[in-house]
Amino acid sequence: MNKTAIDIELATYLLRLADDNMVIGQRLGEYLTRAPELEEDLAVGNLALDHIGVAQHLYEYAAEAEGKGRSADDLAMLRSEREYSNCLLVEQPNGDFANVMARQFFFDAYQLVLWGALAASHNPRLGGIASQAEKEARYHLRHSSGWVIKLGDGTAESHQRMQQGIDALWRFTAEPFEIDELEAELAMDCVATDASALRDDWETTVDRVLGEATLRRPEDPYQASGGRSGIHTEHLGHMLAEMQWMQRSYPGLEW
Amino acid sequence: MKDHAGEARFEATIDADDKVEPRDWMPDGYRKTLIRQIAQHAHSEVIGMQPEANWITRAPTLIRKAILIAKVQDEAGHGLYLYSAAETLGTSRNELVRLLHTGKQKYSSIFNYPTLTWADIGVIGWLVDGAAIVNQIALQRTSYGPYARAMVKICKEESFHARQGYSILLALSRGSQEQRAMLQDAVNRWWWPSLMMFGPHDGESTHTEQSMAWKIKRVTNDELRQMYVNQTVPQGHYLGVTFPDPELTFDEATNHWVIGEIDWEEFWAVIRGDGRMNRERVGHKVRVWDENEWVREAATAHAAKEEARLAASA
Amino acid sequence: MSYEVPLAPGEQVADIERTSDDHGWPLWEVFVRPKRGLNHTHAGSLHAPDAEAAIQNARDGYTRRAEGVSIWVIPSKEIHASDDAAAMFDPFTDKPYRHPTFYEIPDEVGQL
Repeated sequence: MNKTAIDIELATYLLRLADDNMVIGQRLGEYLTRAPELEEDLAVGNLALDHIGVAQHLYEYAAEAEGKGRSADDLAMLRSEREYSNCLLVEQPNGDFANVMARQFFFDAYQLVLWGALAASHNPRLGGIASQAEKEARYHLRHSSGWVIKLGDGTAESHQRMQQGIDALWRFTAEPFEIDELEAELAMDCVATDASALRDDWETTVDRVLGEATLRRPEDPYQASGGRSGIHTEHLGHMLAEMQWMQRSYPGLEW
Repeated sequence: MKDHAGEARFEATIDADDKVEPRDWMPDGYRKTLIRQIAQHAHSEVIGMQPEANWITRAPTLIRKAILIAKVQDEAGHGLYLYSAAETLGTSRNELVRLLHTGKQKYSSIFNYPTLTWADIGVIGWLVDGAAIVNQIALQRTSYGPYARAMVKICKEESFHARQGYSILLALSRGSQEQRAMLQDAVNRWWWPSLMMFGPHDGESTHTEQSMAWKIKRVTNDELRQMYVNQTVPQGHYLGVTFPDPELTFDEATNHWVIGEIDWEEFWAVIRGDGRMNRERVGHKVRVWDENEWVREAATAHAAKEEARLAASA
Repeated sequence: MSYEVPLAPGEQVADIERTSDDHGWPLWEVFVRPKRGLNHTHAGSLHAPDAEAAIQNARDGYTRRAEGVSIWVIPSKEIHASDDAAAMFDPFTDKPYRHPTFYEIPDEVGQL
């Protein structure tokens, strides 16, 4: 099938959004049965299902857009670590509960502004996915920001661990708001959005929550990047090896 | 102090097949038996999350991954309903968790077996949830109100679990030679343990008589086991698997599938704590609980701070 | 069934500390309105450190299958229950005239 350059661009963009959600969904799947209480295992399950659900919708759309006969599962399970285009934040390992919530909080605040903007996309299918995802992101943010505050303003130990989580993940928070030529073009057509314009709102939310949590905004100016072009941290390879094991070991079968 | 009126009401309630509710008078033995049984049922759901969660990260497709997460989440939810029911009898969840962690309360032995392949996940849904459903349907008529209501709620959700498992196995049975071998291997390992889920023979089950008199238990171990075997064997044949029981035969006279004798040594060994995964299952639970004490404490501390702030500003 | 998990030889049933004091997160009762027009009904209970968490947990724990449009949570200790003993409720059965079936209404009168 003859696909236009715009279709390929769209597929590439959709894959970034899909990979973000796939990777954080996978990390949350790892965390099930490790949460601090039964009710939190339920909450983690809910988060994981929401992210994997969005990833599935986006992979399906990306597969259609690129028109190479690949399925959503092919995109998730058979692309290599150099092909995966998620941002570095989501591939960071779980660690303790404070770290899981720090990662979730930073990502939820980003997803909320991102899906909010994409809900107005001129691409109705993407807009539809975004509208639903925005509702979920809003709920997720209530949950994760709630925990950042509880742990930041809880006990001395929880405060220290929460600060550690914030500090450790801060250097992955600029990348989601970077845009390249591809995204800029799609944004000009009002299909994608200019993520760099969303950073201020994200910061407002983050500052408000960190303040309420009595946490310090990290000062290290260093920011890591490269996920969108497949230059990941060393964590992603291990994660994909586990995730893709069945499809790689038993190629071409039905499950 | 003996409450004769209360005792009479209790007996009348049981005789009439009515429900006993939390604030009713009840014999001490009834209360103790129920706390133990409901708590162990709750522990079973929670521990049961582990063997399945073991395959979440490696589920072969997105939909299988999502369905498995939903199932594990349901199990957490079932634990929640059951702990709630147990708490109505005058205990706390933390107390019950303490008893699980110190080995003084148990959970269904089936979860002390390892999930070695993807086929195990399908077989658990088919056999283990299948067996649980047979038991839970009977328990919907248990005499204690909160337990019965929890059973009704759980039964509604449980049939999704059995179907999820069987659908995995249908795919394997229609697949490659390796997939079919994986399926047969999993059945070979899980069949006998699933039969052991129903407990000792009626004759050897010391609590059955009293439990039946109180209508906590409505159907005996052997009766439930037979129901399970009758419904499950044809399902296995449909999948093209053979059961690892050379004595399995159909008895025309009774219309029952008759099984060979269960290895009771293995049964008691696992109950005693020497099953393959006993130490790992409880160990994981205890470690996660202890490692997260600081989180629970922080949440409580924060809530207290909020209350103090509210009171101060009032 | 296996939830009864027979005692291994030599094992004793552990004594429960009869306690409703949790040393942890308080217990909350959850009420869910399944859809508009209906009352909230009791769905079960859960543990949470505060009301906001209780509501979120209730949503995840009791409405996963879209069973509700509205959730109430209340600390269990705030619930005051009647004494269910017969003394409180039995007398009601000797005032049968409160029930519609007590009266014989001729069929010709129609819907009453």
